[in-house]
Amino acid sequence: MDQPLQTYIEESRALLEDMEAILLHLESAPDDRESLNALFRAAHTIKGSAGLFGLDPIVSFTHVAENVLDRLRDGQLAVSAGLVELLLQCRDHVSGLIDTVAEAGAALSDEQQQAGERLLLALHAVLGEPGTAATAPAAPPVPKEHAGAVETSGGGRVESDAWHLSLRFGRDVLRNGMDPASFIRYLATLGEIVSLTTLAEALPEAAAMDPEGCYLGFEIRLRSEADKQAVENVFEFVHDDCDIHILPPRSLVEDYFKLIEALPEDNHLMGEILVASGALTTRELELALACQNLKAAAEPPDEAGPCAPGKPVGQILVERGDTYPEIVDRALKKQQQGREHKAQEARFVRVHADKLDGLIDLVGELVIAGAANALLAGRSGNAALTEASSAVTRLVEEIRDSALRLRMVPIGETFNRFQRVVRDVGRELGKDIALEISGADTELDKTVVEKIADPLMHLVRNAMDHGIESAEVRAAQGKPARGTLRLNAYHDSGGVVIEVSDDGGGLKKDRILQKAWERGLIAPNQNLSDSEIHQLIFEAGFSTADAVTNLSGRGVGMDVVKKNIVALRGTVDLDSGEGRGTTARIRLPLTLAIIDGFLVGVGSASYVVPLDTVMECLELSAGERAALARRNYINLRGEVLPLIRLRDSFELGGEAPKRENIVVVSHAGQRTGLVVDALLGEFQAVIKPLGRMFRHLKGIGGSTILGSGEVALILDVAALVKQATAREMAATDAAQTAMH
Amino acid sequence: MNQIALREAPAAPVADAARDDRQHLTFMLGSETFAIGILAIKEIIEYGQLTSVPMMPAFIRGVINLRGAVVPVVDLAVRFGGAPAEVTRRTCIIIIEFTAEEETQVAGVVVDAVNEVLDIPAADILPPPAFGARIRAEFIKGMGKVQDKFVIVLDVDKVLSEDDLELLERATQARPENGLPAGT
Repeated sequence: MDQPLQTYIEESRALLEDMEAILLHLESAPDDRESLNALFRAAHTIKGSAGLFGLDPIVSFTHVAENVLDRLRDGQLAVSAGLVELLLQCRDHVSGLIDTVAEAGAALSDEQQQAGERLLLALHAVLGEPGTAATAPAAPPVPKEHAGAVETSGGGRVESDAWHLSLRFGRDVLRNGMDPASFIRYLATLGEIVSLTTLAEALPEAAAMDPEGCYLGFEIRLRSEADKQAVENVFEFVHDDCDIHILPPRSLVEDYFKLIEALPEDNHLMGEILVASGALTTRELELALACQNLKAAAEPPDEAGPCAPGKPVGQILVERGDTYPEIVDRALKKQQQGREHKAQEARFVRVHADKLDGLIDLVGELVIAGAANALLAGRSGNAALTEASSAVTRLVEEIRDSALRLRMVPIGETFNRFQRVVRDVGRELGKDIALEISGADTELDKTVVEKIADPLMHLVRNAMDHGIESAEVRAAQGKPARGTLRLNAYHDSGGVVIEVSDDGGGLKKDRILQKAWERGLIAPNQNLSDSEIHQLIFEAGFSTADAVTNLSGRGVGMDVVKKNIVALRGTVDLDSGEGRGTTARIRLPLTLAIIDGFLVGVGSASYVVPLDTVMECLELSAGERAALARRNYINLRGEVLPLIRLRDSFELGGEAPKRENIVVVSHAGQRTGLVVDALLGEFQAVIKPLGRMFRHLKGIGGSTILGSGEVALILDVAALVKQATAREMAATDAAQTAMH
Repeated sequence: MNQIALREAPAAPVADAARDDRQHLTFMLGSETFAIGILAIKEIIEYGQLTSVPMMPAFIRGVINLRGAVVPVVDLAVRFGGAPAEVTRRTCIIIIEFTAEEETQVAGVVVDAVNEVLDIPAADILPPPAFGARIRAEFIKGMGKVQDKFVIVLDVDKVLSEDDLELLERATQARPENGLPAGT
């Protein structure tokens, strides 16, 4: 796909996301003018850019939606729940259109066609409401400027509510075949001339008067719906030799304000802003600009006043009587805003994710090379070299940290998506549920953010569907009728914790236990802690329809949620009290690219054990070693600790050294000892994936490169434990079969 | 010298493509001479610092660190059904780019010694014999005739793509207990 189109799609998606957020916001704050403007701008941009690429279905649909948004913005339409719902649907439809038309380049499906037509009908119905009947219902809506004027015309205008025109006809007007009276007659067709004062002060003595000359001036008050350009056009033929100033009615000032506000935030010039909003005509601007550039000396004295060189355009315009100072002020503010916006925009750079990954790979290599360098420098015994190398190492570490931070994105965007989900699902379920978001600024790796969205979605839906009770039940229990769902994120000891909590009924332990017995997941009378009981609902066989909190319904069970989280090297646990609600706490690593590891040696090979699984290290005593010939466990402070001998599991061969060590690891609450030769200490490992050739390999999670340049394998503790369990079970089964 | 020349070879202009197509790198495995089309070869490095990966079939000797990338290394001798190659002063790892399942991958192969780059015109490459070469026929692209001797021209995609079946078979043969279902 070509680059600009790709950019358009990305931009449109971002805009659509904004629109969704704004629409949801409008539900609670229907009068937020700024939001309405932003909404309109977003739709306008999507439509405009779609036009550039000739994406007609998007243009034609968005056009109608934009008209509705325009009315909303002008206050002709009020924000209502129904309208927001309709606009949300329109947003979804546009999103679908972009997927189909822009991205896939395909034609619309029948379904989309129908959906589009249905929405268009609804939009036209909105546009054709009686309140706006004056502007031809359901017809292609009137241009913006008119709409603005119609609105304010609502309450009958007072005398002051008229245009003020100062006309000073040039001496040669009559000679050129123009009749001032005909201009005034024509002006009357635009509206009603409220008052007209003829100024004859310029008339000289009869003797000095040129009978063919025109000496008249007029001050006219005109009541009209026309915009400034239209009024000015009346005098199009006499522009050149007449002095004409048109001051809009006071009541239009508000409209100009709005129009100025609504302009896209760009680096406009002052005059451009005024012209774009209709407060100024192009001619007036040109005159003012010319005036600005003129040398004071070259000007006739009466004109020199307002036309001092170097004066701001706004001031000149006000002094010339072309516009009001308030409008200039507002335009100035807008200009400022545009600049600020520009500055903010410039602080972001869109970078292709692959480039970023490439950089992070390189930095990873730099870290490795730096470690090798430091090692050699240390060995050389040269103090200055060691010093220099440690400075480099420190810098490299800082570079690594900032490089990794580049990938970090705040979780807020993901959280905000749930506003819509909570709203829609809540409506579907007939429950009134509020979503509270906190910790939206918490940053974590982009890959993690992307992959956590699905499990989060499942947890949120679960909490709404099964956690939060119906309003009646809540009322009976003395809880507020409106349920609350909370999404929270925070940093905690080198990781990120994401919480999904509800104030619903909580998990019912007895029924979970009962279910688990029925399913054979636990033995009857087995003693379990609360958290162990809660973990049961993550078991594969557990997500059944009649389970306590009815955890099914969306196709995936809680076991899938857990699997996805574990795949991100995260954990999930539940905190629940009956009647109090449930909190699902997801703990995730900050990044997938680097782990804190514990380096161990077996024979000549080195392995990395993820540090978060390591509980403690101890030496394997001689007595226990002797016993290991018969069994594979030791007594660790009164508890049985099953052991896995890496030398045997990995078939490494070779003789075990005199002293062996045990690394006690914990997985899913279960402790296991890994028997290794040497403990080599903590190590920050840049994870390097093993190629496709190793995809069937269980027990090894990846690889990393040590300071020496050697490759070390990273152990997958969960898989190792599973493998050892399976192996032993199979071995004992085989032994039993042999005996029979 | 050889190393540099080889590394630049794949980047040669299109005009030389025909010539590149003919060029083959010959190397020794035991007493047999093999050849690989030069376009597949990225570089040749000294044998060293190899990390063995447990629980893998024997022909996968391990992984090496190739300037920051972890690259698997295949022992061709074992792949062809022989004993593991002994490491001598002349042992090399040839880094090869190959395609498996429509993905370009990089792997190293251990060879006893690298000989030279030879021009073998397409006309001099005969179809492989049905048997007699003592390695699986599908691994052989053809028999190159060089000065009245034959060299076996390998099909690297076939040699290096692990067909899952075989890999699984070997893995379960090594540890039969893994193939059994867990529990009853």
